[in-house]
Amino acid sequence: MREPRWFRITLRTVVTAYLFLLVAWPLSLVAQRTFADGVGDLVGIFEDPDVLHALRLTVVVAVVSVVLNTVFGVGVSLLLVRHRFPGRRVLDLLVDLPLAVSPIVVGLALVLVYGGRDGWFGPTLESMGLRVIYSTPGIVMATVFVALPLVVREVVPVLEEVGVEQERAAQTLGANAWQTFRRITLPSIRWAVLYGVVLSLARSLGEFGAVKVVSGNLLGQTRTATLVVEEKYLNFDKGGAYATAFLLALIAVACIVAVAALRPREGSDRT
Amino acid sequence: MTAWSPAAGRSALRARPTREGSLTPVSGLGLGIAVMWFSLLVLIPLAAVVAASTSGGAAAFVDSVTSAQTLAAIRLTVGTALAVTVLDVVTGTAIAWVLVRDRFPGKFLLELVIDVPFALPTIVAGLVLLSLYGPEGPLGIDVANTRPAVFLAFAFVTLPFVVRTVQPVLAELDREVEEAAASLGASRLTTFRRVILPSLAPAIAAGAALSFARGVSEYGSLVLLSGNLPFRTEVTSVRILSSIENDNTAGAAAVATVLLVISLVVTVAIDVLKRRLVRRA
Repeated sequence: MREPRWFRITLRTVVTAYLFLLVAWPLSLVAQRTFADGVGDLVGIFEDPDVLHALRLTVVVAVVSVVLNTVFGVGVSLLLVRHRFPGRRVLDLLVDLPLAVSPIVVGLALVLVYGGRDGWFGPTLESMGLRVIYSTPGIVMATVFVALPLVVREVVPVLEEVGVEQERAAQTLGANAWQTFRRITLPSIRWAVLYGVVLSLARSLGEFGAVKVVSGNLLGQTRTATLVVEEKYLNFDKGGAYATAFLLALIAVACIVAVAALRPREGSDRT
Repeated sequence: MTAWSPAAGRSALRARPTREGSLTPVSGLGLGIAVMWFSLLVLIPLAAVVAASTSGGAAAFVDSVTSAQTLAAIRLTVGTALAVTVLDVVTGTAIAWVLVRDRFPGKFLLELVIDVPFALPTIVAGLVLLSLYGPEGPLGIDVANTRPAVFLAFAFVTLPFVVRTVQPVLAELDREVEEAAASLGASRLTTFRRVILPSLAPAIAAGAALSFARGVSEYGSLVLLSGNLPFRTEVTSVRILSSIENDNTAGAAAVATVLLVISLVVTVAIDVLKRRLVRRA
């Protein structure tokens, strides 16, 4: 450490105070409010059938979305890093776009195409018996959209770094494409895939704006956990709102702790 | 999706490495499926927004985008996002510096805290901020339903971006160059300005672009916090949502198109900066 001691301590204090005031303290207050009257509020949400339905829907949507995004993410990462094809640069660029699009715009975009009344494809799909908007498929699509780049962003740099030598060697020794992927490529990117999965899971469980637009927010049908928080708060059930928020925050923090625990320490190689 | 579809095992690739990066039949099929999925999910819906925005003609588009209430919302959103981006550049670089160069007990807790805003559902983020900076907050500061609430929410949700882009670059930075500069008589400030800052600039810019994009598109954290008062605390996303709820789809799409253009410009800017970073490393 070559910087003067006073400088390090000052900066350390300022940074810690900033993070405490912006994140840590407010976050701890939510926990405090949840348990202000004992565990009653938390038990209450587990006894409310509508909340239970919302939690179940949220988990199902998140799991389906994470599976879709993991398959897409690993596939697209392999294509972007290991192959050359026309339009590769454009695909690389566009894959990051969903992170910058407002969730409300995501919802609007999906309604305009898949809306049952006057969407581009919606009426046709509905006549085939598939309802997308105001139904679970729409919620899944909105959730997949917002979390789309997360796996790709984790996997691409790792794929670039490990290079192709081992894959080449395996192929020279007679391994087919599936064996090469399973024995060589997958083990080298498994941590990156796992971070991507955990980050996608956190994002999928917590999506709010896009889901609000496409779900119709129907009680006991398409209302998700994040929509429950809003609805309870606006209906002056602050205890229920804080309890549901606490539950969601707990999952989010668990995801972060999991990623932090899995991520290799600086300098060590865990691949 | 490509290499591990069941068909891959039976393909004729055996014992012959493919030529540098050319598409095999299997990866070609995978590319086709991926592009189709991406188009159905992202590209076609976004194109539908642009198409709907002009469905009422150019005059209607200009009218919806330049209505006084919409302009006020855009000004508030872009202005606050810019201010927060400046804040993030300063605090984010400082936080990254502390995480990389300093060592003290409890540092791992800071690492965890920085990622909280990224993983926390936005509606929960609003409630979290409300519990300290709302009407019942223990500090006695109540920013609910005011413009500072918008600033606060943006600062919360954009916290990780500059930190997480600058941190790895700072960690890789060669300290010998700094020592050389110091031994040649450069002051600390000069070393920072002439040696460290130029190396960090692309990473800081990429993080700033991410922060700005996130701020401009923010919705969830504001729902409970800012009150969404027209002309005062209503941001662009809220404006779009109220147009959707009033069945004014063309108007909603017009404002959404403005946001989309901003998203696209920022995404391209980040891509360019990312490439510069890779080349440097």
